[in-house]
Amino acid sequence: MAEFKQADSLYEWFDQRLGIDKFLKVMMTEYWIPKNINFLWAMGVLLSVMFGILVISGIFLLMYYKPDVNMAFDSVNYTIMQEVGYGWLFRHIHAVGASVVFLIIYIHMFTGIYYGSYKKGREMIWISGMLLFVLFSAEGFSGYMLPWGQMSYWAAYVITEIFGGVPLIGGDLVVWIRGNFYVSDSTLTRFFMLHVLLVPLAIIGAIVLHFYALRFPHVNNEAGEFFDFDKEAEKYLAGDKKNSKVVPFWPVFLSKDFFVLGVFLVFFFYLVFFHYDFAMDPVNFDKADGLKTPAHIYPEWYFLWSYEVLRGFFFEIAGISGKSLGLIAFAVAQGVFFVLPWLDRSPMVKPANQRPYFKYWFWFLMVDLIVLTVYGKLPPTGTNAWIGFASSMTFLILFIALPFITRAEAKKVGGK
Amino acid sequence: MKELKILAIIAALVGITYYGIEPYAHHIMHPEVKPADFAFSDMKNVDTSLAGNVDNGKVLVEANCIACHSIEKAGHLQIMPNADAAAAYGVVPPDLSSAGRIYDKNYLANFIFDPVSAMHLSHKYPVGGAKAFPMPSYNWMSAQEIMDVVAYLESVSPKVSGKDAHKATYDAACGRCHSMSYAKSEATTPKDAIKAYMGATPPDLSQYIKSRQEHYLHGFINDPQLLLAGTSMPRVGLTEKAQEEVIAYMEETGDSKKAERESLGLWVMLYTFVFAILAYLWKRKIWSEVH
Repeated sequence: MAEFKQADSLYEWFDQRLGIDKFLKVMMTEYWIPKNINFLWAMGVLLSVMFGILVISGIFLLMYYKPDVNMAFDSVNYTIMQEVGYGWLFRHIHAVGASVVFLIIYIHMFTGIYYGSYKKGREMIWISGMLLFVLFSAEGFSGYMLPWGQMSYWAAYVITEIFGGVPLIGGDLVVWIRGNFYVSDSTLTRFFMLHVLLVPLAIIGAIVLHFYALRFPHVNNEAGEFFDFDKEAEKYLAGDKKNSKVVPFWPVFLSKDFFVLGVFLVFFFYLVFFHYDFAMDPVNFDKADGLKTPAHIYPEWYFLWSYEVLRGFFFEIAGISGKSLGLIAFAVAQGVFFVLPWLDRSPMVKPANQRPYFKYWFWFLMVDLIVLTVYGKLPPTGTNAWIGFASSMTFLILFIALPFITRAEAKKVGGK
Repeated sequence: MKELKILAIIAALVGITYYGIEPYAHHIMHPEVKPADFAFSDMKNVDTSLAGNVDNGKVLVEANCIACHSIEKAGHLQIMPNADAAAAYGVVPPDLSSAGRIYDKNYLANFIFDPVSAMHLSHKYPVGGAKAFPMPSYNWMSAQEIMDVVAYLESVSPKVSGKDAHKATYDAACGRCHSMSYAKSEATTPKDAIKAYMGATPPDLSQYIKSRQEHYLHGFINDPQLLLAGTSMPRVGLTEKAQEEVIAYMEETGDSKKAERESLGLWVMLYTFVFAILAYLWKRKIWSEVH
């Protein structure tokens, strides 16, 4: 055991025992971030803040929410929204926050794709990030069920029904997930547990992994440049701050993030107070009724693109039913982003606009995802169904083509 | 400059997506219908330009209406309890105290002449069909007599205003069939009776201001068939003012924190805006050392 001398201050007392000095250096003042970045690099901090806001608002909601089919709807819409002081505020923050967090996740994710921040050593950052995406999706889906409105019920019905398409065990799987033959009280209670306990725990774990994964390959920069972080850090510490290519996480990097956060929060609170319908669908203010199917059933906006991939295949091809094809395409869509680092065969780590072929792929993907999202909401009838089919096919083809496109690109740029 | 360009690209992508999944999708899923018509100009059975005689109206009302309807403001009290009235007529007949205030004059006159066509319920009560609407047509009355009745009903209507009017109008216009549990208001017609009378239990309206929203309610209450063809809800014939009172009451019940939300919203946005400015100044200071 180390020898402890009398501490001169409370700070020193803690420092002796917890190594605060060292800890702050490693986590904050000597955690190096490239200097050549733009505001898109602030999305990680925005997401951390949003997660915090969701946890805190969620704790307040948890004090009054009742996970029971007879009480859930009124506990949300009457008790929380009207009786509890500022209950409405926490609900609005929580519901709008859950939707906006996906907007930031998508920006964060496509920033990563655009700048090539998923390869050459950064694979684990990407995979842990995709894991977070899946976990947030589970969190969003389970949370949407809790107010027990019509859309809560029917979205839950449709999404759990999807698992029925799994070969052999499908039917049993659906019953196992629902805890009943239909979406019922047992379904609500178990999704409540997932929403407030299991999934948040997994998210916290995945966030730790995601942050940790950043440590060795380091954060990418706007030019995709690789440099010696230790050397640049030395330069910075020696006082040559202007020529060093890195800045410390605190206070330099965070000072910029706080500004971006401030602008974002103005926008966020505008949505919370004045423009929340996109996140709190009017249909969901009708209490769940298993005997009354709404005219249009659609998931929250952030699931629309994969929902459209699922229902884009509406007819039989080569003896395989449209339903099975949709399910296969859906499964591919859920998994394909995980393997992006290996589908991209080009060694280039550059912004997409500097990559001769990848840039077309990237913007094609963006357009296709927007088309999928919009048509995922529209009724799938007539031309809409065919546009859905074409954009679903385009989505799959884009990923099948990616290795070929990037291999050709690698050849063209000569391995640089 | 470059950062603004990036922001503009993101704003454009988000804006296009938003337009597609919100205004555009909404427009496709809920096509616009004819605007609300508060003149009820489709009905022309009664010449409503005739000036009504209140005294004659009183005689006619006492001879023809009060056997079934109460008019509490004029001293004609309800003669049997709600359950018995519902058993006798199918639904509790309305008290006519506020009829002259809340119903449009043209609607009211034409309703007396022929209730079923005024309510747009001929699909539910076809001529010669098995079911008959509990109130008979008074098409044997002259236009002058009908206008006398209308004038009398207008003369007995109490003047109410503000939040009292919101609730009074709701109770008179909607409260015989609909419950609104968040306002602790239960339909005056008992549950089983109203279910049998309407074919289904009319929905509880507590959250209708949120689930249907003002724009839809504005058209729907004016003429339900336009937005929900085949519904057994009648056109009730409220004046525009009375309908606004009903919607205001639904908002006070279903969105009681609206005023608090909107005033607090501005302060929170101002607070975060100041935060953003301070953060920007701090960022400038910090980054001036490294650039």
